[in-house]
Amino acid sequence: MATRKSNTLKLKFDTSWSYAPAPESKSAATINKQYDLFINGAWQKPSSKKYFDTINPANEEKLSEVAEANEADVNKAVVAARNAYEKVWRKMSAKERAKYIFRIARMVQEKARELAIIESLDGGKPIRESRDFDVPTAANHFFYYAGWADKLEYAFPNRNPQSLGVAGQIIPWNFPLLMAAWKIAPALATGNTVVLKPAETTPLSALKLAEIIQESDLPPGVVNIITGAGATGAAIVKHPDINKIAFTGSTEVGKIIQKAIAGTHKKATLELGGKAANIIFEDAPLDQAVEGVINGIFFNQGHVCCAGSRLYVQESVAKQVIKKLKDRLESLIVGDPLDKNTDIGAINSKQQLETIHKYLKIGKQEGAEMYETSCALPRKGFWCRPTLFTNVAQSNRIAQEEIFGPVLAVLTFRTEDEVIEKANNTPYGLSAGVWTDKGSKIFNMTRRMRAGVVWANTFNKFDPTSPFGGYKESGFGREGGLHGLLPYLNLAN
Amino acid sequence: MAVARSKTIVSDFSLSPHIDQVGVEERASRFTKRSIKKESKLNGLLLTLNMIDLTTLEGKDTDGKVKQLCYKAMHPYDAIQGLPTVAAVCVYPSMVKVAKKALDGSGIKVASVATAFPSGQAPRDVKIRDTKYAVANGADEVDMVISRGKFHAGEYNFVFDEIASIKEACGEARLKVILETGELGTYDKVRRASDIAMHAGADFIKTSTGKIQPAATMPVTLVMLEAIREFYYKTGKMIGMKPAGGISKSKLALHYLVMLKETLGEDWMNNHWFRFGASSLANDVLMQIVKEKTGLYQAANYFSVD
Repeated sequence: MATRKSNTLKLKFDTSWSYAPAPESKSAATINKQYDLFINGAWQKPSSKKYFDTINPANEEKLSEVAEANEADVNKAVVAARNAYEKVWRKMSAKERAKYIFRIARMVQEKARELAIIESLDGGKPIRESRDFDVPTAANHFFYYAGWADKLEYAFPNRNPQSLGVAGQIIPWNFPLLMAAWKIAPALATGNTVVLKPAETTPLSALKLAEIIQESDLPPGVVNIITGAGATGAAIVKHPDINKIAFTGSTEVGKIIQKAIAGTHKKATLELGGKAANIIFEDAPLDQAVEGVINGIFFNQGHVCCAGSRLYVQESVAKQVIKKLKDRLESLIVGDPLDKNTDIGAINSKQQLETIHKYLKIGKQEGAEMYETSCALPRKGFWCRPTLFTNVAQSNRIAQEEIFGPVLAVLTFRTEDEVIEKANNTPYGLSAGVWTDKGSKIFNMTRRMRAGVVWANTFNKFDPTSPFGGYKESGFGREGGLHGLLPYLNLAN
Repeated sequence: MAVARSKTIVSDFSLSPHIDQVGVEERASRFTKRSIKKESKLNGLLLTLNMIDLTTLEGKDTDGKVKQLCYKAMHPYDAIQGLPTVAAVCVYPSMVKVAKKALDGSGIKVASVATAFPSGQAPRDVKIRDTKYAVANGADEVDMVISRGKFHAGEYNFVFDEIASIKEACGEARLKVILETGELGTYDKVRRASDIAMHAGADFIKTSTGKIQPAATMPVTLVMLEAIREFYYKTGKMIGMKPAGGISKSKLALHYLVMLKETLGEDWMNNHWFRFGASSLANDVLMQIVKEKTGLYQAANYFSVD
């Protein structure tokens, strides 16, 4: 048979057999028309008297309106948390505390379907992810930390672990429920009380969690959930009666927070941005590596601080890997987040879409080659095709700055030393990935990479037992695992 | 400037790509998350029916049994008009003549296992005669088994040469090469055996004989589909795929179609390039088709047992 040049061969993934829409039903979730602030175990009107809309980014329709907390409201929440801490929570025996956390975990599981739908409606992420990842992992976090509550003496023997007091927690819009779980579960297990603020574009799942907490009979004031934008967050950070700030979000805001709390007694953990390197060696299992790279960057539309947004491929296999990436890109389904077959949902907000577009433009101006899938996009809502840039240089802005969208920069390398140097050549250091069939290479790489998490032959795997956090401008402090208890405790030396 | 044309060079098969077990199993399970509903379910079921190699490979096979099976192949369920037929009927070489006659004019292919199926433990000249006998009796397709013992012993050239000589003995008949993946042990070896078979002249690669457990699984089939994709990109030659054994439910068959669609795409979505080796799958597919058309599940007794 005649041999054709391989670059003319193309597989056709737009097949005559296609998947019919399989949308999850919205009616399985109850969303109120309006939400007040959850303070001291009750829903309270904001003293600002203001409410703001939260929309569905897939069609720009209003889902609900939520209260805007001002300084007075923040103060009310902190006072409630302080009272609950002094009068109830710190005095309660650890095993009683654990019972409440277990109860919340079970209730999150019971309402898993509703929470998943709300998460996809409010944030734009595909239901497959919110159903199979966000909600179950959130429940696991509560289960895991419930188990630690009465074993702190064993976690830190002879160190007399003591709770801190009131924790102010500010969480981002990319994993709203999961981040709430990451913050609330260890704080409660260690005997602290909480004032939590979800992001202004995605408050609904945290408010649903507030309903769960209310239903769980957790003593009033132990967890307070208040909504608002940057000003509300700033009021939490500045409040004098808060003992600890836990923040997940952008490096820019992280720096502002650190300045604001400088010279105070407040402890802090910051989990900030990232520009993770995903490294494929020529001896790697390539098909599985490609799958891992795809999940590493397109998971949750790339709105992931640990997303593998820089791909380093050894030059000898670069062509092959790029071809495989392009093929895989074609079979990704972009569309309605509530459809069970959707792989890539809507971009979280108009503002974020503009940021992504800005970087697409920069990438093209810098001379990188842009490739995007041929899929059609819905007319309304915020959408971005999964995109990759080839021919990228280390000095390109798309290889240096966090885009936080479904955009992959592909770079090449020749030797192990070279790729370690390039991978570490970033102000960030949250995560990294290594793909090789050789065990010794994995250990060499993981030892020398300056990143909080290094995945080998896999990517974006999370477990409550495993600590997560950054180096350098990706922040400090760890969440998850035994390490995740530390930021919420004072230990005797 | 003239560019030297790349030739297909027979590779060192010990250098076949390695497969990460965790990764390939994770990818395979991802296909099962696709939700196949309504018209896409019905169309998928019809396509599945049309891709089945209806099979009887038993010591007790008789002319009568084979004739009945052939009738079922042509008339899977006459209560519904316009259903497709299955792709082929798969029998032992001694039954090829009977099947050929029974299927005459139907367009359904006759496939014959050969080469001392299922163990493959016979001298090469016996295997070649076995193959020639099947083809001379009218087999359109030959399903051979590889010498797994030689493969495990690292004698890849032996395995390669044997496949090539059977391919030659096939003449016009299409050759399916059964790797018997349940005996190979690792995905790395499944990939290596796939590469050997394709380079040696296989028209199809096939997972299993159906006599060994485990037979076809989704991750094994995925490894083979990815081998086919790479071979296609290297040589421009399409190779067919046949998972066999262990696929008895429609839902699982639809998951295989999803995997095929997202790995190789449109060109492979027909029975010239993809087959299900199964005997009990047909009835489950028919039951589901009736359900899609009428909204009701029929009892198993409404479907013929052949």
